Amino acid sequence: MEFFNNHKKLFGTATLMFVGLTLMVAILPAIHNQENNQQLPGAEKLSADAVKGKALFVANGCVACHTQQVRNVDMDKSWGSRPSLAADYAGIKRTDFWRNTATLMGTERTGPDLTDVGNRQPSKDWNLVHLFNPRIVVKESVMPAYSWLFTIKKEPSKNDVVVNVPAEYLKGKEGKVVATKDALYLIAYLQSRKQTKLPDGTAQPEFLYKREVKKEAAGGAAAEDAGANGQALFVANCQSCHQENGEGLPGAFPPLKGSPVVLGDDLELYVNIIMNGYDARQEYGVMPAVGTNMSFSENEVSAIINYERSSWGNNGKHVTPEEVKKIMDFVKLNAPK
Amino acid sequence: MKCLVIIPLLFTAFPLWAQGMKPSAFSFESKEAWLWLMLIIALMLLIAAVMLKEKVSALTSNYKKHKTEAYKEKLKEYTQQLNSKQIEQLLQHRNKKSFRNAGNILLIFFASLFIFLPGSLIAQTPEKPDASSLLGEGGIIITIILILIPILAGLILLTIKISNAINRQRNKMRLEEAAKLAEYLETLPDEEINDVLKKRKEALDYSLTHNELSGSEPAEDSRGLLNISQEPGMPIVAIKKKALPRPNIDPALSRLVLWYLGCAAFWLLFGTTIGEYLGIKFVAPDADHVSWLSFGRLRPVHTNSVFWGWASLGMLGLGNYIVPRVSNVKMYSIKLGWYALFFINAAVIIGSVCLMAGINNGGGEYREYIWPVMLLFGIGLALSLINYIKTIAVRTTKEIYISNWYMVSAIIFTIVISLTAYIPSWQNGLGETIVQGYYMHQGVGMWFMLFTLGIVYYFLPQQLNKPIYSYSLGILAFWTQILFYTLIGTHHFVFSAIPWWLQTVAIVGSGGMAIPVIAGTTNFLMTFKGAWYKIKDSYTLPFFLVGIIFYFTGSMQGTAEAFRSTNLIWHFTDFTVAHSHLTMYGIISFFLWACIYAVVPRLTGKEAPQITVGAHFWMALIGLLFYTVPLMYGSTLKGLLWLNGKPFMDGVKLMEPYWLWRAIGGTLMWLSHVFFAYNMYKMIKRTNEVDVKSSAIQQLEKDSSFISPAKSY
Repeated sequence: MEFFNNHKKLFGTATLMFVGLTLMVAILPAIHNQENNQQLPGAEKLSADAVKGKALFVANGCVACHTQQVRNVDMDKSWGSRPSLAADYAGIKRTDFWRNTATLMGTERTGPDLTDVGNRQPSKDWNLVHLFNPRIVVKESVMPAYSWLFTIKKEPSKNDVVVNVPAEYLKGKEGKVVATKDALYLIAYLQSRKQTKLPDGTAQPEFLYKREVKKEAAGGAAAEDAGANGQALFVANCQSCHQENGEGLPGAFPPLKGSPVVLGDDLELYVNIIMNGYDARQEYGVMPAVGTNMSFSENEVSAIINYERSSWGNNGKHVTPEEVKKIMDFVKLNAPK
Repeated sequence: MKCLVIIPLLFTAFPLWAQGMKPSAFSFESKEAWLWLMLIIALMLLIAAVMLKEKVSALTSNYKKHKTEAYKEKLKEYTQQLNSKQIEQLLQHRNKKSFRNAGNILLIFFASLFIFLPGSLIAQTPEKPDASSLLGEGGIIITIILILIPILAGLILLTIKISNAINRQRNKMRLEEAAKLAEYLETLPDEEINDVLKKRKEALDYSLTHNELSGSEPAEDSRGLLNISQEPGMPIVAIKKKALPRPNIDPALSRLVLWYLGCAAFWLLFGTTIGEYLGIKFVAPDADHVSWLSFGRLRPVHTNSVFWGWASLGMLGLGNYIVPRVSNVKMYSIKLGWYALFFINAAVIIGSVCLMAGINNGGGEYREYIWPVMLLFGIGLALSLINYIKTIAVRTTKEIYISNWYMVSAIIFTIVISLTAYIPSWQNGLGETIVQGYYMHQGVGMWFMLFTLGIVYYFLPQQLNKPIYSYSLGILAFWTQILFYTLIGTHHFVFSAIPWWLQTVAIVGSGGMAIPVIAGTTNFLMTFKGAWYKIKDSYTLPFFLVGIIFYFTGSMQGTAEAFRSTNLIWHFTDFTVAHSHLTMYGIISFFLWACIYAVVPRLTGKEAPQITVGAHFWMALIGLLFYTVPLMYGSTLKGLLWLNGKPFMDGVKLMEPYWLWRAIGGTLMWLSHVFFAYNMYKMIKRTNEVDVKSSAIQQLEKDSSFISPAKSY
């Protein structure tokens, strides 16, 4: 056929077809999304430090392992309180003359999703230790150690941010580990990663493919906690600092094994720490308001308490959700704004 | 040889780490690592020393032979060994000489050669840093490495020099021998010529008429159909057919194609060395703490160098060979080809350095090169496009062969894709994500897949020596590939914030991909039909077959992955990594190797040793399976674990043994590339080994041409 034997017509047609389809599935939808989505009213602008941190995040290719998207499926619920929306990314513009826009949605989740990590893991001390070498706090982690973002000083000055690193990770070097500006920028960016609340009255998009909750007829303590699994809650919310063996990390995070707070009688202090965080002891890092951030129910708090009181050789008094509920209502008044 | 030593070491070393089920504490800063390094260096030196020793002893034994009386016998032996044609030439020469009565004495020139005296060649490296705590210091390590690099490079250079010198010496001796042989042949009395040599010629020429039973027509292998082993004894590897020489290829084009393929082989070795190291980092995350070598920075170096360096240059190089062939004209411009090669190499070199230095475009996969770097690649593409189109425009065939449809379209589409991906007007907010999905999949499907299919449509029929099964099926696959493949990009972002309808279009398009894939696979397999027996005596066809199998399985796996239900399990896991290796490696790389092994011997007249081609094939195939199968299995378990709401770290712990398997498979793949690089070297390097017999005849002929320049025969 003449058409197939004329290179101009043949390649011209193929090109037209390809460009037409490209317009339909890529360029026009991209323009449409760019023009018609706006940031949520409550969205916060990145601070100057966080902007620098984001540049470091991009430069070091963190997106290779960390996504920043909560999909609208039930299994992604642990990464945020709602599915990510177009509006969440609408404020992200071209980085600079040389670099393209970085929405950093990612396509691999070798490490955890970071959409809401500012809420999920707000402890600056934990983040710094983890950045220096992730295996200090999470021993099975395969994340690279970013120790080049830190320096070692014999006598750190007052303004230096000192990180408590166990001696075996210093490879025989003497001195204190001090975070560089870059490390602090990167942490600032991570801490800025918080899901924006939807405006009041907006219906929350649903998570699809809901998991069927298995109602097991279990008696005893488990039934009392109304289905909340203390161990799972501990693993998800507490273990990264206090560690699986409950011994914490000397110089960074206090042990729960044999802890007077865990085993003592002052339930009010205990619940208050879980809900509102703690910063009373110089030798340890600051504990964030885990319970408030994660909106724990009294069932969940009592499940955690009972798990901590009955693990690692601890043998404390069993608590009921009712007891905890009373205290929770009271300590809510102390909650940070 | 080396690999045989290393593999058991790897197998014994890795399982130790697996048992602990947590990342290995291996680090290049530890003492063991240095011991290992020393061990490997010592091993390499040992091998080099043994090789040189072999050569030297061969040389000396040869030299001794020179001196003895038995040497006379050797000359006689050579005379006996002359083949029929050589005897004929000799006889002609002698006849002519006696006819003209010109008793010329041979004029033989010897080039005086500088000879390196192999001095202390078995010297070991003096570096043995004492195991003090100093070793932990970064500065010391860098210094040691800096010292080691030139020393090792020097040793390698020395080995090469010595080896060259030995070769030269050996050739010199052979030339001397040839001269003596020529002289000897010249002085042979006529009776001996008549009695001995003519008889010998008769004896050599004698062959059974083979018509004892069948009649008077002599059976001879005039079409070269018989494939008789030259090697005595049991064959270690199955003997395959030799490539047929193609003398009528423009040497300038041939040089260009070889340079493309050589650069491609380099980038393959470079990119997969990086990839291998990344695989090891999953098992030993503390292997180093250097910013330039951290995982996030190296990962795009690996992907981009194998994409734009290895596969792209390999494809364009083969395209440079195919386009003039099927158009039956000369290449439009060899110069443009060189410029394109230069720009693409520049893009990959600069791009790799930028990525390691932390300069990247913003996190979109395969879009990590910043625009000035990608522009260089784009210029390379545009130049290649001009070159191809201009060649096709003046073709002497009426039709445009289907290979050109695929290859030219692939270049045009890739230019469109790159422009779409790098023009900033539609990249804000979710626009970036939509374009990213489009870009990353079109790059794979419209560049690598489309172009490679074009190459296969040329080389597969050529290697099978029969036409493609159905030309029209190829055309159907072409148009349906454009129709469906263009749509499927956003299936990388299923369940994300991009519009639901766009996700659905992508999923439907992924389903539609079954049509071109099945059409293509059918076409290739049916071309094989009736020629399956050829696989056993070809070393290129197995590569094609593996490529075809993975073309079907890998592509259909992609379709299966795109559905919403499977996305729930596999998205975000290493399943994607396994899939991309099944396709980019199983399809693209295997096809490219098949075509490279088919074309390079035609250009250079030299083939790679069969045993190393076999090693390359099997290590690549087994390595790929070790790499992908455990990774797919493990990531399916991981996806189910996520679905059940288990803690994230459980998934990481679960993957440990599968990541170990990935590292093992990756090591095999990497070793196969070392073999490939060696094969390339064997196919391309200019040998200057003198064949005693033919050079003696040549000298005689030269003499006779001095005598009778006018006469030609």
